[in-house]
Amino acid sequence: MTDPLSPPPKKNPQVRTVSPTRPPEARSRAALGLSAAAAEGRFALQHCDECGKVQYPPRDACSGCLSTELRWKDTDAKGTLLAETTIHTSTKLYFRERTPWRTGSVQLDAGPVIICHLHGDCVRNGRVDIINRLDRSGQAVLLALPSQRSPHMEDDPQLRAMTSDPKHRRILITDARNPNTSEIARALSDAGASMIFVGLSETWRPSPTLDALSAMDKVDVLPLDVTDTHSVQKLAGAIGGKTDILINNARFLRPGGVLARSDTSFAKEEMEVNYFGLMRLAQSFGPVMASRTADGVNASVAWVNILSVHALSSQPEFGCFSASNAAARSLSQSLRAEFRASGLRVMNLYCGPTEDEWYQPLPPPKVTPQAVARTLVTGLQNGLEETYCGDVAKDVFERFRDNPLILERETTLAGDGA
Amino acid sequence: MSETILSDLAKALGDQSIKVIDLTHTLDPDFPVIILPPEFNQCARFRMEEISAYDHRGPAWKWHNITLSEHTGTHFDAPAHWISGRDLPNNSVDTINPANFVGPVMVIDCSEGSATNEDFELTPELILAWEEEHGEIPKDSWVLMRTDWSKKTGADYLNMRDDGPHSPGPTPDAIRFLIHERNIRGFGTETVGTDAGQGSHYTPPYPAHFYLHGAGKFGLQCLANLDLLPPRGAILLAAPLKIKDGTGSPLRVMALVQGNDI
Repeated sequence: MTDPLSPPPKKNPQVRTVSPTRPPEARSRAALGLSAAAAEGRFALQHCDECGKVQYPPRDACSGCLSTELRWKDTDAKGTLLAETTIHTSTKLYFRERTPWRTGSVQLDAGPVIICHLHGDCVRNGRVDIINRLDRSGQAVLLALPSQRSPHMEDDPQLRAMTSDPKHRRILITDARNPNTSEIARALSDAGASMIFVGLSETWRPSPTLDALSAMDKVDVLPLDVTDTHSVQKLAGAIGGKTDILINNARFLRPGGVLARSDTSFAKEEMEVNYFGLMRLAQSFGPVMASRTADGVNASVAWVNILSVHALSSQPEFGCFSASNAAARSLSQSLRAEFRASGLRVMNLYCGPTEDEWYQPLPPPKVTPQAVARTLVTGLQNGLEETYCGDVAKDVFERFRDNPLILERETTLAGDGA
Repeated sequence: MSETILSDLAKALGDQSIKVIDLTHTLDPDFPVIILPPEFNQCARFRMEEISAYDHRGPAWKWHNITLSEHTGTHFDAPAHWISGRDLPNNSVDTINPANFVGPVMVIDCSEGSATNEDFELTPELILAWEEEHGEIPKDSWVLMRTDWSKKTGADYLNMRDDGPHSPGPTPDAIRFLIHERNIRGFGTETVGTDAGQGSHYTPPYPAHFYLHGAGKFGLQCLANLDLLPPRGAILLAAPLKIKDGTGSPLRVMALVQGNDI
């Protein structure tokens, strides 16, 4: 049984904050397929198209028939723990600071034997489930969990090192005016967040969500306008040093593509909020968050952007909004690279049309605030980099992965006018 | 003769027997702007970004880029601002005769009524009552409606509710009276617009905007410190930026006041 994680003590101001260190990052190109799957929280292995062999570790050719027709496929993650050991010392700084550390070998039901990290509650010859997660270097590692849930199992130090779990963490949600904010705050509170800061823009006009937010125990509503550099800097000055997870859900959205509008006003505002807003937040909160990724139980751990899935490929009815989200997605990739050395994780949560005023004329299915909150908390608990909320987002992403040009054709048909 | 007046003025400014009163709010990102239904384009908020601040972006100097609307903060409305004034000659800030930017100002004190009634209306009767006491409003003068609304901060300023904003303003009759009976130069308020918060429910909607600009008159809004002005006798300095085809402009509004008036 795992020892339950205690809330962290107040920080000792005389002790130097621990500098972040990282587990080894180097991987072969073939092994990056595993990291790509881990970014989405999937357990995938190479399957040979020719002989059907499932292989591990990843290679450039099939270890059974030498075919290079290898395909990454989601794979049955069940297995049996064969052998286990506990490492008490290591030449790698990251592990030196974290020993003892359990590793072992697992016979997968799917065929191969794998070497993996072990959850504290796994026992030899016991049944396990393998999860594929990103470690703090941003690369995939496999971790075996006991197949039966054990008490407080999410508090296992090896598991927590790979996730962005909100438990005992202090979280900033950027936009109190977004209709999803109350549900996100509630879900994070239920998931054990210790404090939830919510940014409210333009305190000189009413916000329909304010009463619900202010009534929540752990919520503190503070002034923040992501279009105002000074406002972002001011809040970062106040709480940047205790923001462990930042959730950027600020969104400006108006319908219309290029020709549906006769000026650039809305487009500018979309860029100001959706693109420059992210940049301002990153420039103010990024450095201090990146410096605190080894700061104990409530070390800073993740940066979340809530984006439209049409960041991947335009939805012409919302063409300008899609463009601002594509810009934000591109910026998030840059940010992910810039945060990588610190281990701070960037998670993008992609939504289809949401259940709010701007998508009101669109037919269902639409994404509810509850669904966004659920996907967000699960994504953090699983340490993801990319997650999709709702059927539309999942469908668009699958089609994007399959063939982006076909997806574009399908979403830009002009209708049968002939 | 003018030399004597101006040298007298210079002397009076020097010994502060004439005082300069600032009627302007600070341009601040948090200062309210008018809110329209969200499907309409909106008035830009004031924003300021550093270009450099004695640093690697410019070692010896500090400066900012600012963005704002013609109608952000304390600002001037030209006739071209409203559809009723769109076809008038010289209706934009760059073409208005600059003689209009300096002139006499009358201040009608509605602060008492506005303190208890957020929808307080300036009516022709109130204007006539003011004239009983202070004399007729001279033609071509500015008329300012003092409500002390400029002392409100935060959400109280727009006072926005589900049925729209609530703040004092003139009735259509009052504005028609000021234009047709008194031929004023312009009308100014301490609120976010020259019209009442509920001004869209008059006929015509936004009567101050509609009638003033249709008659080639000007507007001033988001004024401050009107409580420091005498009912009559002050001179208003209100020169908008010279923006090509501009429909308005943020500006520094000041008043010259005889020392014994305040």
